[in-house]
Amino acid sequence: MIEVHIVKVGMADLNVASDGASLKTTGLGSCVGLTLYDPSRMIAGMAHIMLPSSEIAREGQLNLAKYADTAIPELLRRLLELGADKRRLIAKLAGGAQMFAFAGGSDSLRIGPRNVESSKLTLAAMGIPIASEDTGGNFGRTVELNSQTGILSIRSVQHGVKEI
Amino acid sequence: MELFNHDPDFKMDVLREVGNIGAGHAATALSRLLDKPVDMAVPTVNFVPFEMIADRVGGSEEVVIAIFLRVDGECPGNMFFLMSKPQASRLLLVLLGFEAAESDKYSEMELSALCEIGNILAGSYLSSLADLTGLSMSPSVPSIAVDMAGAILSYGLLQFGTMGDDALLIDTTFLKGEQEAEGHFFFIPDPQSFERMFVSLGVPIE
Repeated sequence: MIEVHIVKVGMADLNVASDGASLKTTGLGSCVGLTLYDPSRMIAGMAHIMLPSSEIAREGQLNLAKYADTAIPELLRRLLELGADKRRLIAKLAGGAQMFAFAGGSDSLRIGPRNVESSKLTLAAMGIPIASEDTGGNFGRTVELNSQTGILSIRSVQHGVKEI
Repeated sequence: MELFNHDPDFKMDVLREVGNIGAGHAATALSRLLDKPVDMAVPTVNFVPFEMIADRVGGSEEVVIAIFLRVDGECPGNMFFLMSKPQASRLLLVLLGFEAAESDKYSEMELSALCEIGNILAGSYLSSLADLTGLSMSPSVPSIAVDMAGAILSYGLLQFGTMGDDALLIDTTFLKGEQEAEGHFFFIPDPQSFERMFVSLGVPIE
């Protein structure tokens, strides 16, 4: 068995991989795991997006990986540096769950769906197509993207492993 | 946070005491429910990077049972009561005589019972804080989830998310008898709550 090198992506973090390495992020709840992949160059990128828009940021030094509208352009920049071709890139999304349901909950409790929405809008504006997604629901996910195959495998406690 | 630039040690001590009082009341409530002594560790209060918050309960992918209450009012924040599966099974057995289910699935009745236990404990934690500070704190209806710790806890970090990459966490561990760490209270007040708490407790801000 070939050992696959795994690059970990933390919360509000992003990273890129190639040469058969995998990208992995754990415990996605309302956060969105967004991946971009160039199939012919086998270059992959992943972002663990926490919040929908950098407009609400109040931090001094902006963490680009945290917000959907800044993480995706930054991820694209990193992929292009590695030699990816923007025209070939395809996106996959997972996460954006609503972990706790409350009747009449405030806006922050809908953060999962809003993260997904904002990620899709940003992708559309950049002209990157979405190949597949596994979003929503009320459960956590751990996702791993293989840069060899472009397959995104999604593990959850209740539903086992799923590949998209 | 700028609030902690001046005399941070003293302010952290105050928050530790806040956690101590809150969790102390909750421990008493749990002890009454179980009719058994319940000990607790000294609370830890610090800024924890988002990435490391789930490490306190065994890592991001560790499956935990969490009861979550959103606190509104003058001192808003997020409140979690977290326990491991063995602990949840013990609670169900002792309190209700339910034998632990063989599979990982909990029945609706079991989840409802655990949710109510979490509600009682979190309620006593919060009401003692409200008494102490004189600030209104109204918890939401409790909600329960059995899932990865990382996925659950990231929910409590959103208010801090816009400000930086770490959150101020008041963490108290329950210990029951000789058994090791059993339950965690995570209280994550919203960033703006700290100043109000300090003012009402007479802690000099500047």
